[in-house]
Amino acid sequence: MRAKLINDTTEVKMIINHPMETGRKKDDFGQLIPAHFIQLLTAKLNGQPVIEMQWGTGISKNPYVTFYLKSAKVDDKIVVNWVDNLGKTGEGEVLVTAG
Amino acid sequence: MQRRHFLSVFLGGITALLIAPISAFAATWNKRAFEATKFSNAANDLAIKNEMPSQDIDINAPDRAENGAIVQVEINSRIPNTESIAIFVEHNPTTLIGHFTFTNGALPQLVTRIKMAETSDIKIVVKAGDQYFTVAKNVVVLENGCG
Repeated sequence: MRAKLINDTTEVKMIINHPMETGRKKDDFGQLIPAHFIQLLTAKLNGQPVIEMQWGTGISKNPYVTFYLKSAKVDDKIVVNWVDNLGKTGEGEVLVTAG
Repeated sequence: MQRRHFLSVFLGGITALLIAPISAFAATWNKRAFEATKFSNAANDLAIKNEMPSQDIDINAPDRAENGAIVQVEINSRIPNTESIAIFVEHNPTTLIGHFTFTNGALPQLVTRIKMAETSDIKIVVKAGDQYFTVAKNVVVLENGCG
């Protein structure tokens, strides 16, 4: 995760390691691989929600997202939380740096 | 008594663990919309209605994708008071890809990578107040990326 303040906009880039299985793919033995994908993701700036994402199986494996914040300053904290269809969760955080 | 006390603390701890991850999310996942196979059904489940074509939504995606497993899409809404952006791929097995809601100074703009099963329109729907706006971009897909 990376957050850079350029002019007055903070660009936040993130990649999450996740299989994002659709549930329609078969393994080498012809067995369906169960669906496993992130469903909800929230981003907070200094504890305040800024973006909420809902995803289906159509987001690519190892999801990549860039989003943009108008209200962030250098050293502000951005925290991202996600939960997938199996109830597994993940968290990432980053401080805003000057671009 | 001591053992009971321990048990109640222990169970209380488990309950807290179970509740904590859920409370981090304001919304619940829109199961019906994400499982819909047709755009009209998914749009219905998101309460999208009377969406109007707009030139104030920019969509940047390749004209041709060699591999449908990774198609990068850039979206920017210049419509005032944009609240959310939804991405659909009309010919995918399930049509709704993602739904993004913006608050507290987040710009209605994003970049992400999506899967496409076959040549299709990528359809974007923007919500602003109680109005909906849309734009579409056709992408030719050479290899199915939905496996």
